[in-house]
Parts: sequence; C-alpha cells; structure tokens
Amino acid sequence: MLQQAFNGLVGGAFYALLALGLAVIFGMLRVVNFAHGAFYMLGAFGAYIMLSEWGVSFWLALVLVPAVLAVLGIVLERLLIRRLADLDPLYNFLLTFGLTLILQDLVRSRYGVQSQPYPQPAGLTGTIDLGPFTYPAYQVFVLAVSVAVCVAVWAVLARTRVGVIVRAATERPELTRSLGIDVGRWVAPVFGFGVALAGLAGVLAAPMRAVNPLMGADLIITVFAVVVIGGLGSIFGSVAAGFAIGLIAAIGNLYVPALSQTLVFILMAVVLLWRPAGLFGREEALS
Amino acid sequence: MTRPALASGRRNRLVLLVVGLVAALSLPWLIYPPVALDIACWALFAVAVDLLLGYTGLLSFGHAAFWGGAAYISGLIALNTGLPFPVAVLGGAAGAALLALPIGYLSVRRSGIYFAMVTLAFAQMVYFVVNQWRDVTGGENGLQGIPREFFGLDLSDPFYFYYFALPLILLGLLAAWRIVHSPFGRVLTAIRDNPARARALGYPVDRYKLLVFVLSAALSGLAGGLFAISHGFSSLQEVNWTTSGNVIMMVVLGGIGTLWGSVIGAALVVELNDYLATAGFEEIGLVTGAIFVVMVLLFRKGIWGTARDALRRREARPSGEDPEPDASAEAGTPAAPVERAGR
Repeated sequence: MLQQAFNGLVGGAFYALLALGLAVIFGMLRVVNFAHGAFYMLGAFGAYIMLSEWGVSFWLALVLVPAVLAVLGIVLERLLIRRLADLDPLYNFLLTFGLTLILQDLVRSRYGVQSQPYPQPAGLTGTIDLGPFTYPAYQVFVLAVSVAVCVAVWAVLARTRVGVIVRAATERPELTRSLGIDVGRWVAPVFGFGVALAGLAGVLAAPMRAVNPLMGADLIITVFAVVVIGGLGSIFGSVAAGFAIGLIAAIGNLYVPALSQTLVFILMAVVLLWRPAGLFGREEALS
Repeated sequence: MTRPALASGRRNRLVLLVVGLVAALSLPWLIYPPVALDIACWALFAVAVDLLLGYTGLLSFGHAAFWGGAAYISGLIALNTGLPFPVAVLGGAAGAALLALPIGYLSVRRSGIYFAMVTLAFAQMVYFVVNQWRDVTGGENGLQGIPREFFGLDLSDPFYFYYFALPLILLGLLAAWRIVHSPFGRVLTAIRDNPARARALGYPVDRYKLLVFVLSAALSGLAGGLFAISHGFSSLQEVNWTTSGNVIMMVVLGGIGTLWGSVIGAALVVELNDYLATAGFEEIGLVTGAIFVVMVLLFRKGIWGTARDALRRREARPSGEDPEPDASAEAGTPAAPVERAGR
C-alpha cells in the first residue's frame, strides 16, 4: 500500500511537471499548448540521441536537452504562435496540434515506433531503504527533482521581480502594460521555459519509460484532464492536482485494477459536476 | 438586401444543390468506389462537427468517441442480429447520441478552450474502455467480418453499396442543413456570437449547447456506423484522438461555418490520404500537420470561405455596395465565426 502510494507520487511527478509548464504558458499567453506532449517526447528522444550518438551522459542531458528545447520553444513562439496571439485561443490550440503531428512523425520517420532503450544513469541504479520498504533509487530521484523544480518555480514566481511581472501579466495584461512594463518581452521566454519543463520531464522519463514517438500524445491528454481538475488558471492547483491524481490513480489501481486508465477521467467528470472551474480555478466570465 | 439579390442568392443555392447532387451520384464512376464511400462518410462527419464548431462556436476535440462508438455499436448489431444494415447504422447513431448525453452535459459546463480539452479527455476515456473491453470489442483486433445485410441482396461490390449508403448520408446532410437554417440554428449562432446576450434574452444557453452536441454526435454516429459497415470492420483507430483531429482538419480546410466547405474539405483530405497511402508514404502526419499549420496561419476562412468572400466582393462592387463581405453576410453563413479578439 505505502509502496503503491509512492509509485503514484512518482507518476504524479510527471503530471505535475507537465501541468506546471502548461499552466505557466497558459497564464502568460492564454494558449493551451497541445504540443506539450510532443516536447516531452522530444526531451526523452533528445536524451537518447545525445547518449547514443555522442555519448553525452544522463546528467549533462538533464541540463542540455531542456536548454535546447527552450530555444526551440522561443523560436516557435516568435515564428508561429505570436501571429495568432490576438485571435481566439482555439486557433493556437489547432496550430500546436498540427505541430504535434509534424514533430511526432518527424521522429517516427527516423526511429520507427519501437521503444528505444535508455540505461539508468550510473549512481542511481540501486535501491534505497525507505524504512518500511526499499525503493528504486532512480524513482526517488525523479520525485525529488520534480518537487524541487516545482518549489523553485513557485519561489521564482513569488519572490523575484520576474515572477511579479509574470504574475501581473497573467492576471491583468492590459493594466500591467499601462504601468510601463513590456509584457510582450516576457512572452517568448515564458513559452520557452514551459517547453523546457516538458523537455526535463522527458529526460527524466527516458530511463524508466518506453522512449517512442507516441509516448507524449497519450500522456498529454491525461494531463489535460489533470489541469481541468486543478484549474488551469492556477499554477499551484495544476501542480497539486498532478501529484494528487498520480497518488489517487495508483491507490485506485490497487482496489479496482480495471479502472486504472479511466479513473482520472472519472475524477474529471466529478469535478466538472461539483466545481466546473476546477478545484483551484476561478469561474471564467461568460463570453 | 434588395429583391434581385435575394433571388440570385436563392438561384445560386439551387445551382449548388444540383451540382452537389450530381457530384454525389457520379462519384463512384469517377473514383475508386471504396474511396467514394469514405468521402461520403467523412463528409457527413465533418458537417456534424461543423455544426458545433462553425455554428455554435464549440470546438469538440472528442468526436472520435461518437464516430468510433457508433462504428462499434453498428458493427455489433450487424454481427449479432443480422438485421438490415440501415437498422444497424441507425442503432449506432442512437448509441452515439446516448453516449453524447452525459459527455455533453458535463462538457458544456466549460466553454472555449476548456471545452476542447474536456471533450478530448472524455473521448480518450471511451478509447480506453473500448481497448479494455476485449470480450465485446475485440480489443486491438477490433471487430472483423461485419456483414452488409440488406434483405438478402448481394452488396459486396462497393460500387452498388455506395448507392445504398448514399440515401443515409444525404438524410444526415439534410438534417444538418435543416438545423442550421431553423430558428433553433439562429439561436445557436447567437450563442456563438454573444453567449451573454443570448442568455440575457432568456435562452437557456447550456441546454441549447447540449442539444446541438447530441444532434452532432448522432450525425457523427450515422457516418461512423456506415463507415464500419462499408469497411466490414471497426478498429481502435476509429476511437483514437487522431480521428478527432482529422475531422477538424477537414472542417478547417473547407472553411469553418460553411457546410459545403466541410464536404469539400472531407473529399480533399480523404483523397490526399488515399494518394499518400498508395504512394507508400507513411509519415502522413507530416503532411496533415503542415496543412493544419498553414491553414490556421494563413487561410483561416478555409477554401469555401475564401472563395465565397472573393465572389461576394466581385458581386458587390458593380452595384456600388460596401465591399465588406460581412455587410452582405446571409443567414447562418458568417464570414469567419471564431475570429474575434482573444481575451
């Protein structure tokens, strides 16, 4: 039971990292990034390619891959997403859906649909004694990194000048602009940062999950359900929902294995009935 | 609008209708009959999705659940009862409508981008259920050997089957046309353009949205059921999220909020997929993804919308009217429905 709960938290760590990126991007740009799953997949493939082609270690990839993806995100924002910024957000949803199909098949044309192997990084291969049970060290590492990143992002948003600007631009873009702050300057970096978070999750997933072109698409749909539950407008809500859903899904799996894949969607239905704006979200204005 | 303009609009529509009917009847003579069947099914599916996207302003990213759900239900009815295929197809459509009731009820509680995410998530749930429920759905093998029963007639030739399937498709298209051009349809466009005002005028907005969602799902189910019967099998592909994306691409390509555009978009995409598959090109996502990106960035009005606006501008000029396309926009066919300020 405890061990299963731990499994759930590790799964939730991935939900939380992806939901965090989605929420940060949504807050600043009002864009729901469908390609988030594709960037997660690129993160895993980035780590795999760096190791197999150039022998770059996991630890280096953990820094390099998100950095490369951040640049890719900034370029995509400047070239494509910005052009649709003033239109209905649905257009950017469709645009990023198109990008997902392109990225997915680009990778598939080169590597096929089979899963690629990625070894566990040296130093994290064993198990750790956690008191009541022993647990694979790598999974503990994933959970620790995820929690650390989420806390760090929170600290940046809450304590730094950049964080204040981003939060202000999220809440009242017009007012922030009229106070003399160049909101537009922060849009591309924030998008790049969100993409980097997806890439980081991808690198973390490489040693413990199947690395294949479709790994992101299935996950992102579940993450959509997670952020609907948490309330996409709330960064804290999205992260909390990520960990909570991971935990609940794992424990639910223990009692009703048949529901393992559908439980998160059932939870979403319950939340829509009870609090349509999400657990931590605010009611959106009609129109 | 002046009287002659009205008459010319009606004449144009009549000409279009005749051209469309002739095209539908001659299609299996012109192209490979199974592809003609696919075009007919996808055209109805695209029109059903456009009822929501173009005329109500709701982007459903989960219509694979209704298309695919009906494909399985129709397949099961045909396999297990041996009833004539139209009964199986209508059963599938009814099943899709029933499935849409709870999904729609929950989804219309959110609007805009959330609606897209919620419908996508529910469709994924349907996908998982179909995948796991192996005893009934066959899991990854899908349903195979679905018969085409019709009072003992031999319908194995797709060329003949096309003409037996076409009435059902035309019935569905007619229903969509009736919905759009009814008072109910006008309320839908009012909800799309200004939900707050529609509510202030006393229209129960959520109930209207739910009703059109269920109707759209039923028409999608009609198309999906027929698709399964015409192929003789139903696979997981039918309930996959890529199917939802595919049909949205048809609508966007043809032109959001134009029923004719959806039909043309469906025909083009099916033809393109067939061409690429025959050419042995496997990375279809590269092409469809690129079409998505280009359409959304450069041609948001789609093929039909762009052509219609160009035509209107040409017609408007000699009579000295305002060349703005919106000034002459007729009932139920707006220029660019979802195009409004984002925040």
